[in-house]
Amino acid sequence: MKIIVPVKRVVDANIKIRVKADASGVELANVKMAMNPFDEIAVEEALRLKEAGKASEIIVVSVGAASAAETIRTALAMGADRGILVKAEGRVEPLAVAKLLKAIVAREEPGLVILGKQAIDDDSNQTGQMLAALLDWPQGTFASKVAVDGGQVEVTREVDGGLQTVSLALPAVVTTDLRLNEPRYASLPNIMKAKKKPLDETTPEALGVDATPRLEIVSTREPSGRQAGIKVASAAELVQKLKTAGVI
Amino acid sequence: MATLLIADHDGVRLGDATAKALTAARQIGAPVDVLVAGDGVAAIAAQAASLAGVARVLVAEGAVLANLLAEPLAELVIRITDAYTVIAAPATSAMKNALPRVAARLDVMQISDVTKVLAADTFERPIYAGNALETVRSDEAKRVLTIRAAAFPASEAGDANAPIEALPAPAASSTSRFVGADLSTSTRPELGSARIIVSGGRALGSAEKFDAVVAPLADRLGAAIGASRAAVDSGYAPNDLQVGQTGKIVAPELYVALGISGAIQHLAGMKDSKVIVAINKDPDAPIFQIADYGLEEDLFTAVPAMMDALA
Ligand SMILES: Cc1cc2nc3c(=O)[nH]c(=O)nc-3n(C[C@H](O)[C@H](O)[C@H](O)COP(=O)(O)OP(=O)(O)OC[C@H]3O[C@@H](n4cnc5c(N)ncnc54)[C@H](O)[C@@H]3O)c2cc1C
Ligand SMILES: Cc1cc2nc3c(=O)[nH]c(=O)nc-3n(C[C@H](O)[C@H](O)[C@H](O)COP(=O)(O)OP(=O)(O)OC[C@H]3O[C@@H](n4cnc5c(N)ncnc54)[C@H](O)[C@@H]3O)c2cc1C
Repeated sequence: MKIIVPVKRVVDANIKIRVKADASGVELANVKMAMNPFDEIAVEEALRLKEAGKASEIIVVSVGAASAAETIRTALAMGADRGILVKAEGRVEPLAVAKLLKAIVAREEPGLVILGKQAIDDDSNQTGQMLAALLDWPQGTFASKVAVDGGQVEVTREVDGGLQTVSLALPAVVTTDLRLNEPRYASLPNIMKAKKKPLDETTPEALGVDATPRLEIVSTREPSGRQAGIKVASAAELVQKLKTAGVI
Repeated sequence: MATLLIADHDGVRLGDATAKALTAARQIGAPVDVLVAGDGVAAIAAQAASLAGVARVLVAEGAVLANLLAEPLAELVIRITDAYTVIAAPATSAMKNALPRVAARLDVMQISDVTKVLAADTFERPIYAGNALETVRSDEAKRVLTIRAAAFPASEAGDANAPIEALPAPAASSTSRFVGADLSTSTRPELGSARIIVSGGRALGSAEKFDAVVAPLADRLGAAIGASRAAVDSGYAPNDLQVGQTGKIVAPELYVALGISGAIQHLAGMKDSKVIVAINKDPDAPIFQIADYGLEEDLFTAVPAMMDALA
């Protein structure tokens, strides 16, 4: 069984972003980029399935500018087998990403597509569900446990009230939550090896997908900041202040 | 044309998130129908019918809908979308799971986590963990929205009495099956609707200490309990208590952060709280930059002292 893992290049989770002065978006020039943390977890899960003999090949896909190849190389260094870069400039919305992935799924025929539950830049939390809908496949989103057994995958999901477990017939779509696993670091020898692994390039046109954005981003602004308040000297003073403020 | 709001519930009660999302749905300006799907949900439908501003309640009942799995729920919604220009739902885990499926089937982009309705086609939503707010406009034939409940007040439950109509349930999915659930049973208020939240971080050190320190203060204040990711990852608190970018987004009257440093991902989930209290022994902890009241002290002495002062 092949597994496809889509990975997105995003601003590093430790960076505090800034909105551009002209409200046209977020400043991305010279900002440190990294693989979306949920996608690292997706790569790790695919690797573990392969190591357990449940998968034969792991194909990493990224949609983005030429620089997204770096993110694919990171996944290859972790242990994925080959990469596909779908070269697209500018904004590619989740619906378009899902359509591009569907076209790649048609070519590769994987048993499982494992995505991140959300990308930490746009926080849309859509792509996996959309892909599942377009393929008419079942989905197990926000996964904290994934068990493949024969033609089924059992997914334990983090939901508002706790945990929910579903059983899906393969092929299926899974999206990862934070507690699914701890992703490994790539070792230096593996980083060297990754440079020789195959990385194909394609385009939305070649895949027959119109990736034109549907939504218009009118403007982007900074949220109104919160002022730091006061320091209190003791727990008793704190309780007094809260009573005066009428919140307790 | 009308708006369809998909209700979330736990099988017993209509979730507070739905009453809040209803407020956003009404701001769009068209009549709002509420869809209640589930198994044995007549009482929930009646509850929805009593909310101010509901034109009609549609109820679909059947075992296949019992756990609001995405596949059958999306199937159900798709069948009735012809009559609606806007399909909305609160951004709860069940709806975040199902709604993009609906959007993809309709071939429209979903607008996730709407925090403001600026016009019938224009919405504000947070990106980058709330560090930027984006205004997006959609001129597509239909709009699919998830609503961030914490950003809207709840629509009043009153003497309204909207008509209730039954819909047939969809067929069961042949590829997806509910196996089981392990849901928290707590008598405390729900995180999403609590007036006060007491949250604990990594500093609590163990599940035992988390229970011994956070729980009594929460109970004393009638508060819900929250946790940072570090506390959940370390097993001090269950996953459904995580507050933050990838956990629950809350905006209570009072948020008390105990031994939480204030990472941007945590702030993303609570910085819209009315009053924020931080207790942390590190004077430079970033949480103090957004706290209305900061107490620089060891939480293991500060919390018992608070309990005394509250007695
Ligand atoms: C070069 C480039 C420039 C961009 N510029 C802008 C901009 O100026 N303004 C702006 O608002 N947005 C910009 N974006 C973001 C983009 O428009 C989409 O919003 C985004 O790709 C999809 O939304 P999401 O990441 O929130 O999806 P989610 O649904 O949250 O993502 C979930 C999962 O889907 C998969 N996935 C998502 N996107 C990709 C991808 N591109 N490749 C592979 N897998 C993916 C990952 O597994 C991810 O974890 C840009 C993106 C790129 C690649
Ligand atoms: C993709 C991604 C998503 C994330 N999503 C979330 C999320 O949804 N929610 C979330 O919370 N985090 C999230 N995180 C993690 C986040 O970055 C932080 O790691 C986390 O919030 C830290 O938790 P903490 O504040 O409890 O722990 P720490 O950062 O370790 O802080 C502990 C604090 O306790 C103080 N302290 C220690 N002992 C005492 C004592 N005895 N008395 C008083 N104070 C004490 C310390 O001074 C310190 O400030 C995410 C991270 C990533 C990368």
